[in-house]
Amino acid sequence: MSDVRKISIEKEWSWKGFFLQWEWLLVLVLIVVFLVNSLISPYFLTLSSLIQTPSTFLDKAFIVFPMTMVIILGRIDISVGSTVALSAVVMAVSYNAGVPMPVAMIICLLVGTIGGGLNGLLLTQFKELSHVIVTLASMIIYRGIAYIILGDQASGGFPDWYSFLGWGSIAGIPFILIVFAVAAVIFGLVLHKTRFGRSVYGMGFNSTTCEYSGLRTDRVTLIVFTLAGLMSAVTALFLTSRMGSTRPNVATGYELEVITMVALGGVSTSGGIGKIGGPILAVFIIGYLSYGMGLANIQAPVVLVVIGLLLIVSVLAMKFRVSPKKRKLAM
Amino acid sequence: MPEKPLNQRKFLQPEQLRELGLLLFILAIGLAVQLRNPVFLSISNITSLFTNTAILGILAVGMMLVLVTRGIDLSIGAIIAFTGMVTALTVARFPGLPPFVAILEGIIIGMVFGALSGILVARLDVLPIIATLGMMNVVRGLTYVVSGGQWVSSYQMSDGFKAIATGKLFGINNLIVIAIVVYIVAAYYIRHTRVGRRIYAVGSNPEAAEISGLPRRRLIFLAYLIMGGLSGLAGVLWVAKFASAQGNTAIGYELNVIAACILGGVSISGGVGRIFGLILGTVLLGILNNALPLINVSPFWQMGIQGLVILAAVITNVLVRRNTERDALRRRAI
Repeated sequence: MSDVRKISIEKEWSWKGFFLQWEWLLVLVLIVVFLVNSLISPYFLTLSSLIQTPSTFLDKAFIVFPMTMVIILGRIDISVGSTVALSAVVMAVSYNAGVPMPVAMIICLLVGTIGGGLNGLLLTQFKELSHVIVTLASMIIYRGIAYIILGDQASGGFPDWYSFLGWGSIAGIPFILIVFAVAAVIFGLVLHKTRFGRSVYGMGFNSTTCEYSGLRTDRVTLIVFTLAGLMSAVTALFLTSRMGSTRPNVATGYELEVITMVALGGVSTSGGIGKIGGPILAVFIIGYLSYGMGLANIQAPVVLVVIGLLLIVSVLAMKFRVSPKKRKLAM
Repeated sequence: MPEKPLNQRKFLQPEQLRELGLLLFILAIGLAVQLRNPVFLSISNITSLFTNTAILGILAVGMMLVLVTRGIDLSIGAIIAFTGMVTALTVARFPGLPPFVAILEGIIIGMVFGALSGILVARLDVLPIIATLGMMNVVRGLTYVVSGGQWVSSYQMSDGFKAIATGKLFGINNLIVIAIVVYIVAAYYIRHTRVGRRIYAVGSNPEAAEISGLPRRRLIFLAYLIMGGLSGLAGVLWVAKFASAQGNTAIGYELNVIAACILGGVSISGGVGRIFGLILGTVLLGILNNALPLINVSPFWQMGIQGLVILAAVITNVLVRRNTERDALRRRAI
């Protein structure tokens, strides 16, 4: 464990090492995005615009935190988009069946948690199964259940106060941004300051060793995947609030965007490496980038191409950054 | 699981046992559906079942090779859309183009994308799921870009082009004929050629294969190249069959293909996969799609049922494998 610790965070501290971190590169990219955007539109680089814009892209960003953990574990969860759809649909249907809205919101969170928990349970009970298969199956099943419940209808008509979640602001700061910041602090502390967080890193490096050293690896896996489900439900809450209604086909492809954000954030897809700060910066880079491309009247398909290229390039860049370190570990 | 030497073969190997079970399951479903709706086993319905399943089957062959190398390819739905769109645009521009050339064009375009994924995975060591996820986005975006958001509709396509999917050879629909040819070539390639066997060797144990001097990277690249080529072929067939090319053609279709492979017993951890199992998996998925509407199951239930069948299949697979491994251990103890 102490080796892992030394390699992944407590390197010899030096000014050079500090500024060579991936996160600084991301900050640089973010600044470039800001500059380009402000060239496109003179209204972009105003404080109010900068603060208000994130509420257009932060809904899916809640999944970035648990996805960071999942990928540090060396795994991947492609069912999150479907979990968003399922929990949103169940919430909408139960509200329209007469359940009070606060209770419906709790049901939404419960559905997400159960969805993620089932993934974790399957993965720990049937260790032979690949995480790709399990989350692929649940991706199809959860979306399928959403269709069974709602067909191709939309469901909405929520109370007025519910739109506050996605549209409201407190003291000029969007509510969604505040919740995002709080979640970022909590997840940052859990990942970097607790035993649980250290186990996630350890398992990402070598799950077998962790198990033999007495770590409860099954419990860690279960918790991480359950968190992914829970945060998908949080996304469902905000997404539904912004859209005012929901359909079984919402949040299609969210898994891709979230994974792209995490990979761009410098989390190695082979596990064990990455910090929470990178993905958070990546959320804003991709968010402001798509927003800016929208300002410049660039079509959505081109944005798709850019995000795909960004994913590939950032993974490649990580590869060349990580490999010497891993080689050292192997010796 | 590597194949055992010939002299250790029992009457039925676990894989064969599994396929037998799958076959019985298919027969049971077929019988149940037939009792509810006698249309199911009519010649015309069977023909339409296989015609609709042919493209899935062609893609499943490529996906099996990729899965055997421990990879996965999520970009094939997008490649189908792109090649379909580009060939449809070509046909709309040059109506006199022989259908054969259109098919060739599709295969070549598909192979270019397959090669790109192959380079990312085999040469640059990017995780397959990440590399192909990125490719999926890029290719899907490019599809919208080349089409300018427009559709290519039936009236813009020449009759010769549409005949690729509607024409018949020896009284059998062309799609089925092409699928059969693909399966025969694949079966020969996988079982009886050196390259085919080597792909399996690389999948079951990459380190051992590399130490034995097999060109691991080149073989993995080859798998993605073949997958790309078959996706290109499928793209042309798809557009000819539905007589329309759209930006969102075959969106999410990669999941169906992977599902067919998994149902057919192809292991996602590499090295395992048989053509016969693949046929059964594809047919089972085809029957689910074909039969559920026949017995008045709402189309909204299809997705959920498909997902559950996949999950049930992989879990049964694990349980069966655990059982055989325990048996093997017990035998060794005695």
